[in-house]
Amino acid sequence: MTVESVFPRLEALLPHVQKPIQYVGGELNSTVKEWDAADVRWALMYPDAYEVGLPNQGVMILYEVLNEREDVLAERTYSVWPDLEELMRKHDVPQFTVDAHRPVKAFDVFGVSFSTELGYTNLLTALDLAGIPLEAADRTEDDPVVIAGGHAAFNPEPIADFVDCAVLGDGEQAVLQITDVVKAWKAEGRPGGRDELLFRLARTGGVYVPRFYDVHYLADGRIERVVPNRSGVPWRVTKHTVMDLDEWPYPKQPLVPLAETVHERMSVEIFRGCTRGCRFCQAGMITRPVRERSITGIGDMVEKGLKATGFEEVGLLSLSSADHTEIGDIAKGLADRYEEEKIGLSLPSTRVDAFNVDLANELTRNGRRSGLTFAPEGGSERLRKVINKMVSEEDLIRTVATAYGNGWRQVKLYFMCGLPTETDEDVLQIAEMAKKVIAKGREVSGRNDIRCTVSIGGFVPKPHTPFQWAPQLSSADTDARLAKLRDAIRSDKRYGRAIGFRYHDGKPGIVEGLLSRGDRRIGRVIKAVYEDGGRFDGWREHFSYDRWMRAAGALAGTGVDVDWYTTRERGYEEVLPWDHLDSGLDKDWMWEDWQDALDEVELDDCRWTPCFDCGVCPSQSTEIQIGPTGKKLLPLTVVNK
Amino acid sequence: MQRIRLRYTKRGRLRFTSHRDFQRAFERALRRSAVPMAYSAGFTPHPKVSYANAAPTGTASEAEYLEIALAEHRDPEELRAALDASLPDGLDITEAVEARTSGLAERLQASIWELRLPGVAAADAADAVEVFLGRESVEVERRTKNGVRSFDTRAAVASFTAESPATPATSEQANRSDGAPCAILRLVVRHQTPAVRPDDVLSGLRATADLATPVPPEVTRLAQGPFDEETGSVADPLASDRTAPSRAAEAQLSGSA
Ligand code: SF4
Repeated sequence: MTVESVFPRLEALLPHVQKPIQYVGGELNSTVKEWDAADVRWALMYPDAYEVGLPNQGVMILYEVLNEREDVLAERTYSVWPDLEELMRKHDVPQFTVDAHRPVKAFDVFGVSFSTELGYTNLLTALDLAGIPLEAADRTEDDPVVIAGGHAAFNPEPIADFVDCAVLGDGEQAVLQITDVVKAWKAEGRPGGRDELLFRLARTGGVYVPRFYDVHYLADGRIERVVPNRSGVPWRVTKHTVMDLDEWPYPKQPLVPLAETVHERMSVEIFRGCTRGCRFCQAGMITRPVRERSITGIGDMVEKGLKATGFEEVGLLSLSSADHTEIGDIAKGLADRYEEEKIGLSLPSTRVDAFNVDLANELTRNGRRSGLTFAPEGGSERLRKVINKMVSEEDLIRTVATAYGNGWRQVKLYFMCGLPTETDEDVLQIAEMAKKVIAKGREVSGRNDIRCTVSIGGFVPKPHTPFQWAPQLSSADTDARLAKLRDAIRSDKRYGRAIGFRYHDGKPGIVEGLLSRGDRRIGRVIKAVYEDGGRFDGWREHFSYDRWMRAAGALAGTGVDVDWYTTRERGYEEVLPWDHLDSGLDKDWMWEDWQDALDEVELDDCRWTPCFDCGVCPSQSTEIQIGPTGKKLLPLTVVNK
Repeated sequence: MQRIRLRYTKRGRLRFTSHRDFQRAFERALRRSAVPMAYSAGFTPHPKVSYANAAPTGTASEAEYLEIALAEHRDPEELRAALDASLPDGLDITEAVEARTSGLAERLQASIWELRLPGVAAADAADAVEVFLGRESVEVERRTKNGVRSFDTRAAVASFTAESPATPATSEQANRSDGAPCAILRLVVRHQTPAVRPDDVLSGLRATADLATPVPPEVTRLAQGPFDEETGSVADPLASDRTAPSRAAEAQLSGSA
């Protein structure tokens, strides 16, 4: 069965929408394969606008890994903006891929990567536009298997009604395993239909199929237990971990769009995982252990990637890039190598230490020294012990002194508000810190025009972290606390004008909290929001708190409500909605770490101190993979001259 | 420093590329093909590229022009082939000549446009064109950044004819063989300020002759260049670069004299 391109019908709509180029595909290094030549066909989605979704590394990697296989075809699809959605509904144009403009419904597998829960309503929009029933239970053999991945998939319970499967962890090998299962089932003539395919996927132990698990609730609304309802599916589903990143140098051919996107650069992931142990950080907890790409592997990817793309900037990505064991040599080696060609290097790192400033200096050798960002995260020393962010005020002042002394004019400080045990006093310390930063800056630079921006994010407790039991601060309390901080900064005559203050109100955080730690009962809320017009919830101009609270009325009769999910503290015995999903972290270890947090006890990084038994390595048969390799980056010989 | 003038296209679905999008794509192609660009001076040096009179987003073109400055000498044809291979299909580099004259931008005096109107019968379109041409002036409105402005579209139109639909299609949509009517118009517009674009002329047709286009028209620039008021023809803007003696040849001549 060959599938027709919807492009001719779409093309007629494009002159009427904003930035039509985002819907036409044709990106450099994209792949269009013949439909009939493939045994298994994947539609991959990043459920946000093209400008955000295209640069997403996860989707880009899986797209390439899948397309490298001859028997597989993978195409990409993104959320369409409301202007096009309206026209597509009016003219009956289904959700399409941007590669060959094939209807998403025609694919075997529809994989959706969620880096945030705020993409859930966009999943529903895409399913509906695709003509795929919203509820997994209503789907037939003609519908693709809908699989969720990405960080949010570590608690897919809120979207359990809408997805057929969820996959935890690294996707590179997982997508190939899933492909094999689908291929075999199709080759055998689809025995047992959709149910059998899902069962075969569940049986692998690495694919969570919500329909094979029943959730029982206690009278007080808490979960009693989650049990398989079919023999042969595992009690717990484990995450996937790719070892030896040098064997997975993807993306080899990064996509280069014609449309403008949020990241106009190519990215190389220099390591995966983080064991600094910040207790609020889900990304750090669920991606353990640390696995470094070698310095030579990085050098290779940068060189090939630049040749394949023509980008002018390379981002060296990871959760804390200054932590790579050979980052000094990497930064220097790349800066030397690309000085002539005017290639910019960037490295996301907010570590509060002088070494981080040295690195930034290296990367801006002949560029402008505008701003540096540091993330102490907690305002007071006490709070930083609670969250295990080991930065003293002295460290910070010394670091900013180095920064201002090296010609940086702007320092940005990142904090969170609403952390466990936090009081107004902890947050007001942020103002004191910012003032000391400016005072020190004026002293070392001898100038009055230096600035410091304080940027504050609301803390949202996340599954699979030691703070998964913590109460979230209500939005009213968050707003009140931040108002006090703002006043404390503004009212200061000597320093107030040199300090910028950026924060958001607490409401979106409550919705994020509801979705993060929600269970299957939240599905009806998501659906009600979608039906009420909710789209692009990650965008301030589209997000509506009132719409979410209206929709939360769908919880009536369950005995639980928004507060129950967000501001309520959980106890040790409570069965959490994601307990049957195994991130490798030992629940007892997490509980002890939570108790340590309350006692203000810190924990070291297992990269430099002995293993503290978080549980990941033994349960997943993984190990820390770090350097140093002792190798250096060699300058490239220029062949063109 | 060598300057090279390029002619390029925006075809098919890539006609939705905006000029900014094209600039980014082109500058990346320069890097991928390791073209030895000359850079501007200053704190953030930019490769020296000058673009001339780009077609609006959503409009296809067979005749866009730009000029690049190289730090080292290159064979124009080799350069063209390398850049063309490096750009996506649809953004094609079709000609390259060494700049031997000044004033490319000034030579772009008029454009020939092809307007395909799917769903419009050829006879209806021809009638509308006749009404349009019969007017002294045709005022239309266009929404700009500074609000709605109104201006004349008639004076800039040098010629306007309806063609038989036998001409080969230039776009994917027109390739559809569903037998629906599709009128094809050929329009020559002088470049002036305020610029009169094909969609302004279409607004003019709508205003004067009530011509409705059920499907978005497909517009392609076929050529732009020096305009001959007498014959009404649009010439090749790179012709004078081709015929002028090359600087290398000049140097040789003076050397042998
Ligand atoms: S198991 Fe030990 S070595 Fe492995 S990530 Fe956890 S603490 Fe580190």
